[in-house]
Amino acid sequence: MKKDGKLYFEIDGKPCYAEEGQSIIDAATENGVFIPSLCHMEGVKPAGSCRICNVKVDGRNMTACTTPVEDGMIVENDIPELTELRKAIVETLFVSGNHHCPTCEKSGNCELQALAYRFQMLVPRFPYKFPEKGVNPRSDQIYHDRNRCILCKRCIRTVTKDGKHVFAYHGRGGEDLHVAIDEELASRLTDEEALEAMENCPVGAILKKERGFEVPIGERKYDHQPIGSEIEN
Amino acid sequence: MKGKISSIINKYNQDRGRLLDMLLDIQNEFSCIPHEAVGVLAEELDISEVNVEETVSFYHFFTREPAGKYAVYLNNSPVSFIYGRAEVAETFEKEVGVSFNEVTEDGLIGLWETADIGMNDQEPAAIINDTLFTELTRAKVKKIVRAMKEGKEIKEIAEDVAEAMYNRDGLRTMVKNNLHTKATVLFSEVELGKALKKAVGLSPEEIVEEIKDSNLRGRGGAGFPTGLKWDFCRRSKGERVFLICNADEGEPGTFKDRVIMTQLPEQLFESMAIAAHALEAQEGFVYLRYEYSYMKDYLEGVLQKMRDDNLLGKNILGKEGFDFDIRIQLGAGSYVCGAESALIESMEGKRGEPRNRPPFPVQRGYQDYPTVVNNVETLAKVAPIMIRGAEWFKSIGTKESAGTKLLSISGDCQEPGVYEMEWGMTIREMLEMVGAPDTQAVIVGGPSGVCIDPTHFGRSVAFEDLATGGSMILVGEQRDLLEEFILPFTNFFIEESCGSCTPCRDLTVILRDKLLKILNGNGSQKDIDELYEWGQMGKDANRCGLGQTSANPILTTIENFRNLYEERVQTDEDYVSTFDFEKAVADSCEAVGRVPNIPSH
Ligand SMILES: Cc1cc2nc3c(=O)[nH]c(=O)nc-3n(C[C@H](O)[C@H](O)[C@H](O)COP(=O)(O)O)c2cc1C
Ligand code: SF4
Ligand code: SF4
Ligand code: FES
Repeated sequence: MKKDGKLYFEIDGKPCYAEEGQSIIDAATENGVFIPSLCHMEGVKPAGSCRICNVKVDGRNMTACTTPVEDGMIVENDIPELTELRKAIVETLFVSGNHHCPTCEKSGNCELQALAYRFQMLVPRFPYKFPEKGVNPRSDQIYHDRNRCILCKRCIRTVTKDGKHVFAYHGRGGEDLHVAIDEELASRLTDEEALEAMENCPVGAILKKERGFEVPIGERKYDHQPIGSEIEN
Repeated sequence: MKGKISSIINKYNQDRGRLLDMLLDIQNEFSCIPHEAVGVLAEELDISEVNVEETVSFYHFFTREPAGKYAVYLNNSPVSFIYGRAEVAETFEKEVGVSFNEVTEDGLIGLWETADIGMNDQEPAAIINDTLFTELTRAKVKKIVRAMKEGKEIKEIAEDVAEAMYNRDGLRTMVKNNLHTKATVLFSEVELGKALKKAVGLSPEEIVEEIKDSNLRGRGGAGFPTGLKWDFCRRSKGERVFLICNADEGEPGTFKDRVIMTQLPEQLFESMAIAAHALEAQEGFVYLRYEYSYMKDYLEGVLQKMRDDNLLGKNILGKEGFDFDIRIQLGAGSYVCGAESALIESMEGKRGEPRNRPPFPVQRGYQDYPTVVNNVETLAKVAPIMIRGAEWFKSIGTKESAGTKLLSISGDCQEPGVYEMEWGMTIREMLEMVGAPDTQAVIVGGPSGVCIDPTHFGRSVAFEDLATGGSMILVGEQRDLLEEFILPFTNFFIEESCGSCTPCRDLTVILRDKLLKILNGNGSQKDIDELYEWGQMGKDANRCGLGQTSANPILTTIENFRNLYEERVQTDEDYVSTFDFEKAVADSCEAVGRVPNIPSH
């Protein structure tokens, strides 16, 4: 099965090739196949937490971001069952937070919003919860809005130059878990670091202070092209 | 304070991996994790404060404010309510003078709730500091509170209120074992050291083969073949190999590991030594749930005696190079830490979040070395198998389920307790055995298992039919199954979810809210159908067994007790269940300060 030292595998019947140890999602991207993701981020250990990248491997659900490709693997991705699950996960995230897109700095650059468009979500099937979630404006560089946080763990997997965590989970479970900020460390972030934290966040939960709407709405990343179209061929 | 905290940190060599132990010591010393301690820990371990707090905030028994000189943790398992938990709680509040989740002004007594503490056979039960109080009554509570106010030692108070204290080599407790043996594998009087002696004469491969031959399968719930797991671990060829005994016993309604550990700890540890020889593991751990900390000193004593007898330690039984020792690691209150990879994270001093698989623990586990995690009961069966052989073990039980199983039976019955019985017994036989004539439902395997109705009572307890880790909760006809069991169990999963996976964290809340809507009489047929449909989503989507089964209480009752849901929903075709008219009127009246005047239906 191997070809030029690369692993051979298939996604929905399409022949694909991967490096040894490469995750299904990274290999899929290189082969022009879009697997939706929210928590996956280059350069940090995969978290497997949002569960949107669930694919079927030998009929079993596996997260594409945490599962390495094996030679001869048969992966199902674009099938109704999975699309339904992914759409439901997006809807779950919408009702479990407070996402008022028109007022959000990230609108148009937000991956959650973009996935909702891609899945043609009109209104979530689940009732809105309108939970009370706070904001944390107390550091000099970062404004953290928990209403929009989807707890994807991207921020908490990144560290500063000296290897320190600025963000971390706090609490546990369905009604208590949130992201906490080390305010002192957050205040000491450089402009670039703060901007990077904002860009890493898939939604508008981490905003760099004193910066907003540099690119006007209507000209943003997903305003013209659906998310994933940059990958698909 | 700083000095004390530093010395605790030094006790564990400033090893970040021992953060859990440091926090346990700090909580013990100050009845909380003070703010200052977080700072000192962060500084001395060279991590940020949020990293300390992420661990602290994960575990139920770590508190940020003082929990009280006497911290009373009253169990709130559904079964405890059958035995009068409500009036016990009320008496505590009245006598102490504060509500639950509060501490008296002088900081003396705090009242807290806690989920199933593994005492379902002797409820209502509470943990006060490190002492267990069982079979509580109004009168006992009054006595306890009076004594606490007088400042008596908690152990002394236990002596005063207990009807009887049980003694075993330094363990003195009012916790009963309630053990009944219907078939004997585990409790077959194994002479200490005999099995290990035999094992030392065999090669590791021979032991693995014997265990494979015996068809021993995991008793922690998943039923994975034990010999195969050991084989996988051996094939990982780790430079170091670890063996962990899973004594987290967190599934609501199980308490059999508690009985094994207080009744047969030598056999358990001897079995671990045999397993270590087979795995060529040098270090072993018992991950003991915090709720069982009352037996920690006792278990330490047993370990010491076994070291003295050369059954543990260096060159065990004179075999050159056979070194193995066991350390007891206390948990700090988290159900998901029973999941093997979460347990490993917890042992490393972190939040107990299950890991993504692959890799599996037998490939990369504790500190990234190959690690075998086995349940207490699984391991304790190794010694008898060593002595009497695989064939004997297989001759007991059914074709696919060899040997015996320990069942923890509780709820509405005359003889709750731990029963060792052959696999294959039917539910009906079991109910007869414990005296439960009017059973509405049996929750097999705890909330993460299945809730069955009497049409299933002819089925048998075995891997090939009703597989179970051993929790059997019997629900009598007089109970409100949905309100008293299914709702609290769903809340239990919401609270115990580590929170990583979206469906486990958020969808379970959505399901619970819909269940509440139905229980409050505001649901329709469509709500039942949606509840069932939405409940399926987490099954395959979540990472670990918690999220994969957290909808089971709801799903299996919709399957087997749909009538209980239908009785509660509105049947009027015009009923709009998405809009609660009365609540909307009440809310708007409150906003403008008027009194609602609509009649309720
Ligand atoms: C949420 C969750 C909780 C668990 N709790 C326990 C437990 O308390 N004790 C236990 O032995 N196994 C528990 N398990 C199963 C363990 O992951 C693991 O399968 C078991 O310890 C392996 O031992 P065995 O093969 O001897 O059964 C739990 C699993 C999950 C997903
Ligand atoms: S703040 Fe942003 S990056 Fe961090 S967990 Fe929340 S959504 Fe993810
Ligand atoms: S299923 Fe639930 S408990 Fe398990 S890893 Fe996911 S969020 Fe955590
Ligand atoms: S992208 Fe794989 S689980 Fe989130």
